[in-house]
Amino acid sequence: MAAHLKKRVYEEFTKVVQQQHEDLSTKKLRLTKPSKSAALHVDLCKATSPADALQYLLQFARKPVEVESVEGVVRILLEHYYKENDTSVRLKIASLLGLLSKTPGFSPDCILDDAINTLQNEKSHQVLAQLLDTLLVIGTKLTENLSVRMRLVEVACKHLSDTSHGVRNKCLQLIGCLGPVEKGVAKEAESQATKDVQKIIGDHFNDQDSRVRTAAIKAMLQLHERGLKLQQAIYNQACKLLADDYEQVRSAAVQLIWVLSQLYPESIVPIPSSNEEIRLVDDAFGKICHMVSDGSWVVRVQAAKLLGSMQQVSSHFLEQTLDKKLMSDLRRKRTAHERAKELYSSGEFSSGRKWGDDAPKEEIDTDAVNLIESGACGAFVHGLEDEMYEVRTAAVEALCMLAQSSPSFAEKCLDFLVDMFNDEIEEVRLQSIHAMRKISNNITLREDQLDTVLAVLEDSSRDIREALHELLCCTNVSTKEGIHLALVELLKNLTKYPTDRESIWKCLKFLGSRHPTLVLPLVPELLSTHPFFDTPEPDMDDPAYIAVLVLIFNAAKSCPTMPALFSDHTFRHYAYLRDSLSHLVPPLRLPGRKLVSSPVSPNITPHEDPSQQFLHQSLERVYNLQHLDPQGIQELLEFTIRDLQRLGELQSELAGMADFTATYLQCQLLLIKALQEKLWNVAAPLYLKQNALASAAAKQILEETYKMEFMYSGVESRQVVIIHHMRLQAKALQLIVTARTTRGVEPLFGMCEKFLQEVDSFQRCFISELPHMQGSFVDKLLDLMPRLVTSKPSEVVKILQTTLRQSTFLHLPLPEQLHKATANIIEPTGESDNPLRFTSGLVVALDVDATLEHVQDPQGTVKVQVLYPDGQAQIIHPKPADFRNPGPGRHRLITQVYLSHTAWTEPCQVEVRLLLAYNSNRSKASAKIPKATWNESLEALPQSENGIEGTIPFSKPVKVYIMPKPARR
Amino acid sequence: MPEIRVTPLGAGQDVGRSCILLSIAGKNVMLDCGMHMGYNDDRRFPDFSYITQNGRLTDFLDCVIISHFHLDHCGALPYFSEMVGYDGPIYMTHPTKAICPILLEDYRKITVDKKGEIHFFTGQMIKDCMKKVVAVHLHQTVQVDEELEIKAYYAGHVLGAAMFQIKVGCESVVYTGDYNMTPDRHLGAAWIDKCRPQLLITESTYATTIRDSKRCRERDFLKKVHETVERGGKVLIPVFALGRAQELCILLETFWERMNLKAPIYFSTGLTEKANHYYKLFITWTNQKIRKTFVQRNMFEFKHIKAFDRAFADNPGPMVVFATPGMLHAGQSLQIFKKWAGNEKNMVIMPGYCVQGTVGHKILSGQRKLEMEGRQILEVKMQVEYMSFSAHADAKGIMQLIRQAEPCHVLLVHGEAKKMEFLKQKIEQEYRVNCYMPANGETTTIFTNPCIPVDISLGLLKRETAIGLSPDVKKPQLMHGTLMMKENSCRLLSPEQALKELGLAEHQLRFTCRVHIQDPRKEHETVLRVYNHLKGILKDYSVQHLPDGSITVESILIQATAHSEDQGTKVLLVSWTYQDEELGSYLTSLLKKGLPSSTA
Repeated sequence: MAAHLKKRVYEEFTKVVQQQHEDLSTKKLRLTKPSKSAALHVDLCKATSPADALQYLLQFARKPVEVESVEGVVRILLEHYYKENDTSVRLKIASLLGLLSKTPGFSPDCILDDAINTLQNEKSHQVLAQLLDTLLVIGTKLTENLSVRMRLVEVACKHLSDTSHGVRNKCLQLIGCLGPVEKGVAKEAESQATKDVQKIIGDHFNDQDSRVRTAAIKAMLQLHERGLKLQQAIYNQACKLLADDYEQVRSAAVQLIWVLSQLYPESIVPIPSSNEEIRLVDDAFGKICHMVSDGSWVVRVQAAKLLGSMQQVSSHFLEQTLDKKLMSDLRRKRTAHERAKELYSSGEFSSGRKWGDDAPKEEIDTDAVNLIESGACGAFVHGLEDEMYEVRTAAVEALCMLAQSSPSFAEKCLDFLVDMFNDEIEEVRLQSIHAMRKISNNITLREDQLDTVLAVLEDSSRDIREALHELLCCTNVSTKEGIHLALVELLKNLTKYPTDRESIWKCLKFLGSRHPTLVLPLVPELLSTHPFFDTPEPDMDDPAYIAVLVLIFNAAKSCPTMPALFSDHTFRHYAYLRDSLSHLVPPLRLPGRKLVSSPVSPNITPHEDPSQQFLHQSLERVYNLQHLDPQGIQELLEFTIRDLQRLGELQSELAGMADFTATYLQCQLLLIKALQEKLWNVAAPLYLKQNALASAAAKQILEETYKMEFMYSGVESRQVVIIHHMRLQAKALQLIVTARTTRGVEPLFGMCEKFLQEVDSFQRCFISELPHMQGSFVDKLLDLMPRLVTSKPSEVVKILQTTLRQSTFLHLPLPEQLHKATANIIEPTGESDNPLRFTSGLVVALDVDATLEHVQDPQGTVKVQVLYPDGQAQIIHPKPADFRNPGPGRHRLITQVYLSHTAWTEPCQVEVRLLLAYNSNRSKASAKIPKATWNESLEALPQSENGIEGTIPFSKPVKVYIMPKPARR
Repeated sequence: MPEIRVTPLGAGQDVGRSCILLSIAGKNVMLDCGMHMGYNDDRRFPDFSYITQNGRLTDFLDCVIISHFHLDHCGALPYFSEMVGYDGPIYMTHPTKAICPILLEDYRKITVDKKGEIHFFTGQMIKDCMKKVVAVHLHQTVQVDEELEIKAYYAGHVLGAAMFQIKVGCESVVYTGDYNMTPDRHLGAAWIDKCRPQLLITESTYATTIRDSKRCRERDFLKKVHETVERGGKVLIPVFALGRAQELCILLETFWERMNLKAPIYFSTGLTEKANHYYKLFITWTNQKIRKTFVQRNMFEFKHIKAFDRAFADNPGPMVVFATPGMLHAGQSLQIFKKWAGNEKNMVIMPGYCVQGTVGHKILSGQRKLEMEGRQILEVKMQVEYMSFSAHADAKGIMQLIRQAEPCHVLLVHGEAKKMEFLKQKIEQEYRVNCYMPANGETTTIFTNPCIPVDISLGLLKRETAIGLSPDVKKPQLMHGTLMMKENSCRLLSPEQALKELGLAEHQLRFTCRVHIQDPRKEHETVLRVYNHLKGILKDYSVQHLPDGSITVESILIQATAHSEDQGTKVLLVSWTYQDEELGSYLTSLLKKGLPSSTA
């Protein structure tokens, strides 16, 4: 006791010494940087009561602190901390310490000792917990320093025996985040207290407080995440935690078990109450499956989700999850699925109409029935039937993931997925359709399953129907009846929802090309041809007929005998469709029709693709002809642009590339044209008319360069340079034109200054690319830079003009993949003659439905613009939730736009279009603003100065007829 | 030994007439008060004279709990409260309280007006009875009296069905009533927390069945209806007014909505209409989907389903009609059936079990020619389908509930004896808990370990935990203190405090023991030898040799004197207080073994 007391006295003594020391250092700092810390010091000294002090601290916390003064502030706070008796003030100080040490650029090792010292005499559990939190922050900032981490862990271990759960919680968190992970170093460094972090944490798995237990498991998971290999011994402990009373503990334990099962999948564990042994991953799988029927839905969701990623599990365990041994009055009963299968294989359709059809047949041994212990048994059956849709969604997801890795399981889970098509919640239905699509490579649908799948085609939700079309695109069907059934149902769908036309045609295209042999016997029936009689020619504009033809033509592509069954008009229709719907109808080899069909042999690799060749050839041609007479260049450019545009229309996969280059050439053409103007030779004021053309060209080039930069996905930095270069040229042109047309030098000063700044920033941004730009405008400009900076505006303009004329134009390298962002407004269709009537001053909601392709981050960039006849324009930002992502690179915008206007005398049209917003800063990936940590200071940051924001319209405008009526009084 | 006694008056190894008497810690509770559908004589009601021969029921029973509104759980209530006479509280959930009188009234009408019985309860009696009802909310703990408290849990099954936890002191019983562990289109699944009751009384209707996934059945049902309607046929679905009818309505309604179907759906007016009204009101008792979407639209405000009029049956074109009663034995459903039976395009779907002798049963067993009253022969050409939609937990569900609640004992009711036997065996095998299945009138007694709460003073607790610092706090720990029992409460105090409270002086209790040792040497030499010996063995204790020639080991005193008669024998006096009993007795036994001989 005496010794203990002595120690205490000694501690207090050291504390006093430190205080003095702090005083000294604060004084020093106050001299150098009197701003923040001084103010705080004065405030705290002024404070008469703890409540006052707290108020000051709260106010202080709202303002950011500069990196240089952080240390001073910390010292003042600590000084006050020791003096303060009120726990709430100490608590606030402790939390402020943590916040301060987060300040970017500040290295908190100088305050580490003080922070640890504060812990020693603290009595309040709350403050202790907060201090440990501060230490955690400091520790995470100093992760590289091993000895600091060891020290902090030691401190945490010391406080683990605290009686308050909050303190223990924080200690465990700290150990989890900072505990040693490296093997070699750990051994020497931790000799005494921190022998084995895992053991220390493991001891708290049995803590009396559920929060601490949870924290212990979380700390363990944290260690795992940081790369420590957890010991297998924890597995048994974790299994016990699965039966915990508290849901957070169970939920965390499930995660821990999952982690362990991934670490030691192959080790063997004994099954209790028998002498058998199984693989750990199987055991863990069984246990997690068991948790799918837990009492708390949070745990159920967690368990169901994790099941999906346990792919090493043995197949018989996996298959058990779908097996719920049915029995009725102690006799084994077959499931409806089994019955359906049997009826199918015996070749007759399900009657399913008898009472007692499912009457149990075989007697089962009462001992063999195991109701609960069987673990994995029926886990998914339960999961898919769960009350909460979150659990069902998770189960579908898991099912899908497991099925992707195991074809046999995919086959088995099919019935269950098909059943989910009938769920009461649309999201679940949609998800199960998507899941099915993902596994459809592994499966072939039986007829009865197809039947159920096709029934969903009548769903009134467009999302569901389209997802189903997608699914059908990649489904395997086993019989020709199946194909017929699918076609019939799709046609039914087409008559019920004519808007699905495109999607259905596409679906049939794939259905045809996947099953040529199954389509073949159906052809006569589908085309309603007759061996003896001529049948009437069907209507070519009938979407249903087109759908049938799409199916047949795509099947005929790989089935050369099929065209023999076609009648005359079919060939004619083929020629027509091949031209009008070229993306749906493939080129066919038709006997005696060589002229019509394109002579492309079916197996060419994309490299030898003539269209690609053509693209490159035409570009080569342009780039090689540098020194033609201006007239010749212009003509060649014009032709090439025309060719490229047509190519883009014909070849959808090259469209992005062709458009991109065409735009670039267009810019070049404009530039050349502008420079050819006579304006340059004549005195300025006389050529007002011509200069309109030149300045318009400059403006258009600017616009086009923004389009090139932001509307295409897959643009690499090489292209960005060229685009920026082009923009720079346009700006130079603008400058020259202005110089020519304006009188007086005053405005020119500013413009020149700005232009030179831009050249400068161009140089800074693309310094690495400059060597590739020999002989270009910017190359020459940079050579002349010293002269430009010193000379007068008029001279600058003159120099610019000559460089602009002399510079060669740059070769635009093409990236691998280039896609143009496109948008298509499906709804409103713009065909309605009925105006949308609403009372003026109130709003009317207009449903907008559009498909977007190749738009990156549509949530941030796509806007809807509404143009009123009076020129008033309105830009609407759709909610992020309005965007759906049906496939890679594709998005769908379904939103509501609110229109409003004052009263009109008669209905008029408003235009709705989609805009792509851009911000020139976004292109530079490096220009990320570091996140401000000092909580409220984020808004105070100045917006980056040179960000140019704008919008590009990228969809055809749609006209909507509206009529705001005057309000009735 | 405290005990819990359970006596089923009905539903013991039987389905129907649920009525279970429970006495727990001196309180008597009646669980459910149902009637039996199979009988029309005295056997239809439980034998209430069993409870008390001549006294008043109110004196004997502390409360009555009704789990849900099905007649086999509440049918005898007006008879019990008004005719036999009970004035105590009756507990049920709000929806049950709302719907129960409608069903009772309906039952009364059929028995009295149709069958012409006398001596039956009247409409007024039903009203009076309902006045005695106290409605409870889910998870609300209701204090019946100072000791008895009850708490309701969600049970699925039908709207307002609840499981009840009955608790007296630390003894508790959970009665499940009927429950469903798989959610359906309008209700969620039963849920209970880990309340670890002494006894769980569970229904066991489907004790030997593990059911197929619900979705297959739903899909089949919808497909059949859809096909028939597309063919232009009419679909008749005979239902009982409550429960399944609403589930099927929702199923069809959502399907119509999804598929954009136009064919009309009707349900027969009267009871169903009234019931739908209550379903609309008690949205909180329904499942997740309905609860979440009701802000936009109440699912029970059917868009496609309209009230039926007799004249509609002759309308041309497809339609779907829900009509009561469910077994086609009388009323509207039978009338419609007669009209439509002749057309093979039409279809009748029986959504549940049919009792032998009813038209429903006949057609389900394949009879195609029915003899109607008046010797008419009705030829059934329409298709007949059977779809079972039942809302009881299956064997796996029952096991799941037991796992959730973790009871110490399980008691099965509401099921057939043979099936119970199987489930009982399974429960005992898998959870290692005792399982009982009493027949009607048979009393099961369960002995429980009483648990006695003891208050401990904070100072003592802190002191004791500081001494024995083991991380595993859940394990039993040894602790020193004084137990004070005063006025029905127990407290654990530190001895000093106890003495102070009782006003007693502290007495020291010392044990002394003399050990004889053969040692010819001088006394102080013997002492020194003893000292060295002890010091060598008891390394963890402080052994001191005091100047007055005695040795202390912690607080134990050892003195040596020469034996008065024999100088060669030394007497060692060992003295210790009773707190050090352990160490003291160890020391004496150590010294009795003698000193090691070879010391110089």
